[in-house]
Amino acid sequence: MFLEINNLNKQFQTKNGTLIVLKDINMLIAQGEFICAVGASGSGKSTLLRQIAGLDRPTSGEVMIDGKPITGPGPDRGMVFQHYTLYPWMSVQENAEFGLKLQGVPKKERREQASYYLNVVGLTQFAKALPKELSGGMKQRVAIARALASEPKVLLMDEPFGALDVHTKEAMHEFMLDLWRRTNITIFMITHDVEEAVFLSNRIYALGARPGTVRKEMLINLPNRSHTVKRHSTFHDYRDELMDLLRLHGQEAVALAA
Amino acid sequence: MTESTNARSIRSLMKPKPMRPTVFWRLAEDIPKPLQTGLMITSIALPLLLWWAVTTFANIDPKFLPSPADVLHAFGRLWSTRELLKDTVASLWRVGVGFIFAAALSIPVGILMGSFPSIRALLEPIFGLMRYMPAPAFIPLLILYLGIGEEPKIMLIFIGVFFFNSLMVMDTVKFVPKDLIESTYILGGNRWETLTQVILPHVLPGIIDACRINLAAAWQLVIVSELIAATEGLGRRISVAGRFLRTDEIFVGLIVIGIIGLAFDLLFQYLLRVSCHWASQKR
Repeated sequence: MFLEINNLNKQFQTKNGTLIVLKDINMLIAQGEFICAVGASGSGKSTLLRQIAGLDRPTSGEVMIDGKPITGPGPDRGMVFQHYTLYPWMSVQENAEFGLKLQGVPKKERREQASYYLNVVGLTQFAKALPKELSGGMKQRVAIARALASEPKVLLMDEPFGALDVHTKEAMHEFMLDLWRRTNITIFMITHDVEEAVFLSNRIYALGARPGTVRKEMLINLPNRSHTVKRHSTFHDYRDELMDLLRLHGQEAVALAA
Repeated sequence: MTESTNARSIRSLMKPKPMRPTVFWRLAEDIPKPLQTGLMITSIALPLLLWWAVTTFANIDPKFLPSPADVLHAFGRLWSTRELLKDTVASLWRVGVGFIFAAALSIPVGILMGSFPSIRALLEPIFGLMRYMPAPAFIPLLILYLGIGEEPKIMLIFIGVFFFNSLMVMDTVKFVPKDLIESTYILGGNRWETLTQVILPHVLPGIIDACRINLAAAWQLVIVSELIAATEGLGRRISVAGRFLRTDEIFVGLIVIGIIGLAFDLLFQYLLRVSCHWASQKR
């Protein structure tokens, strides 16, 4: 397997004792898959992504990529955050080049590489613009181009479209599917948006909350991947099943809504 | 049912409050450009006009309040004898040396304090304490340790700027988003690269602004130090003029001090605009 998560547990020490955030997480992801981990808040999905990114270490268990355990952050895993993380003083082009610059790629090569991926995300004409001149969706596309420029083994996405309006979000979904088909990259995305997960991924991990566990693994087989599929009964079945899985019960719901 | 009657009764208790349109009293909204320019000119012109009117029509002893013309005259006198230039240069030199020393040390120290919690824990308590000791209160000690030459004056400016500037720079570093730092790690940056290529450019506007504010403090301190012991300088000029009741020269000194201070401020604002175009609020 390409990306492996083996018996991962994560606990935090708090004033009120030990908080178990992730419990016995096992995931196997093959090259070229588009995986979504779906869960409500409290399912530890962001924490899980941080372990894969290497920004944090699991309490026990391990994350392996290409057979090697992950010990820290590195350019073999690209990441797109929910909040815009472009460097505001750099132009779009410089932002897209920055990862390559950090890795010592010569100027000419990194310019060509970044330009290629800016073209992939359709922002060539904004290469000289500053991030503040871009819309939210465009900023995320630059962040994706920046991550892709290093040709990572896997693209990690932390609710990347959570801050976008519905229409921009829909356009970004189409864009992501198109990008996935063209680049054949492995994508691991976390989201709380069930429809987003069903529409985008070929496989879904449904995460239960408190502590975060894998409740179910679902293979998604949609008749097609255009926005009209959202009216299709297969789409509704997947969505309803996931909603039922993730629905909070009794005390849990009261506690979260409070 | 109860809800609707409830709603009606509470509505009847609400007092109608019309909000009239206004131009002058707009809250946190832009006012028309001509009005803004007009008000800004009034801000300087009105006090000048009042000053002129009072001294012209109200028979006041010029030893108490000289007229604008008297002050202009005194300015010409001090300018032609080159005394004013000498004083200004002396004050500027002290501020320049003291401030540059303080900034050169406080900027890296502040960045280190903001970036590394370990350095912050080591320095923040003592800096926080030192900051509350007014710099002028160090004058007797400085004279005792360093005599009455240039050193105590420069040291006074250093003390007055260093601690404040370090803490203000530290604060700007704390506002660098954590996501931005983690993004850099993921893109392959190490700590040093993150510090120099991400944190540093991100805090540059904050540093320039902190320096702008603390330069104002330095400028005040040099005048204070010269009031006490100096052979030349704008503070010295005012204190001598006071002793000989040359009120017009006191005014010259005050106005020159104010104009130079304002020039510093505008210079730093300009510096901020040209060097950190990305950080400006307006598009």
